[in-house]
Amino acid sequence: MMPDLAQYAGTVLGAYGAALAPIAALILASALRARRVARALAAAENLRGSTDEPS
Amino acid sequence: MSLWRYANPSEFMRLSGAVLPWCWALTAIALGVGLLWGFFLTPDDYQQGATVKILFIHVPAALIAINAWLMMLITSLIWFVRRHHVSALAARAAAPVGATMTVVALLTGAIWGQPMWGTWWAWDPRLTSFFILFLFYLGYIALWQAIDEPDKAADLTALLCMVGSVFALLSRYAVFFWNQGLHQGPSLSLDAETNVDNAFYLPLLACIAGFALLFISLVLLRTRTEIRARRLRALREAAARG
Repeated sequence: MMPDLAQYAGTVLGAYGAALAPIAALILASALRARRVARALAAAENLRGSTDEPS
Repeated sequence: MSLWRYANPSEFMRLSGAVLPWCWALTAIALGVGLLWGFFLTPDDYQQGATVKILFIHVPAALIAINAWLMMLITSLIWFVRRHHVSALAARAAAPVGATMTVVALLTGAIWGQPMWGTWWAWDPRLTSFFILFLFYLGYIALWQAIDEPDKAADLTALLCMVGSVFALLSRYAVFFWNQGLHQGPSLSLDAETNVDNAFYLPLLACIAGFALLFISLVLLRTRTEIRARRLRALREAAARG
């Protein structure tokens, strides 16, 4: 299944790793911050008793 | 019905909340198909051997890095002209995505360049303008974080975005302006002679679509977060004032 990358195996796999790692980190960081801010906003809205939150 | 209604934060949250799951699903499909096709099912290049498989991440990342800045330019201009906060926040949300894509393009280019050019880096026109674009991304992100007053931050970052647009365009067209350096011409062209070979063309298009959808998904998600963060800040300031 794995293609024969010959002498370039390290180069190709290294490039894919160098690309996918920062992208995965960005997705994870964005999702975690989105969840944290959404929770904090919900808590603040509840505290204030407001109903005019952008959903 | 006007497009500007979506500049209203509530309308934007409603629409983006509805389309975001679909964007993520399409991103997963396009990226999955493109990357698997490109990695497993394409032949080696007659000159570059298996390193040609780096094409499927390097080219889409570079395309998104440049076009993310152009998207930021458009939203910054909308902020300047119409003072829609969502557009300023969308520009802010896009910057880390564009910066990450620039890093990916620079890293994969360096890793690809080492066996093909015999060097990780050269002060070639395209590489240099791309590196300067990366510095502009960092400056843009830092400027947003350095200024507390949101409208002032949006104004100044919009100005910086306009200046940086020169380098975004240069990084796209540097190989045409200066006919020198190590970097090859564009892989995609309407000219069949210079366009990438058909064996690589379709998986490359799938990867470009996947990266573009990933960019859209991340910008929507991050813009929603910025809108909520601004509302949270307003609530906290109101609570502090009593």
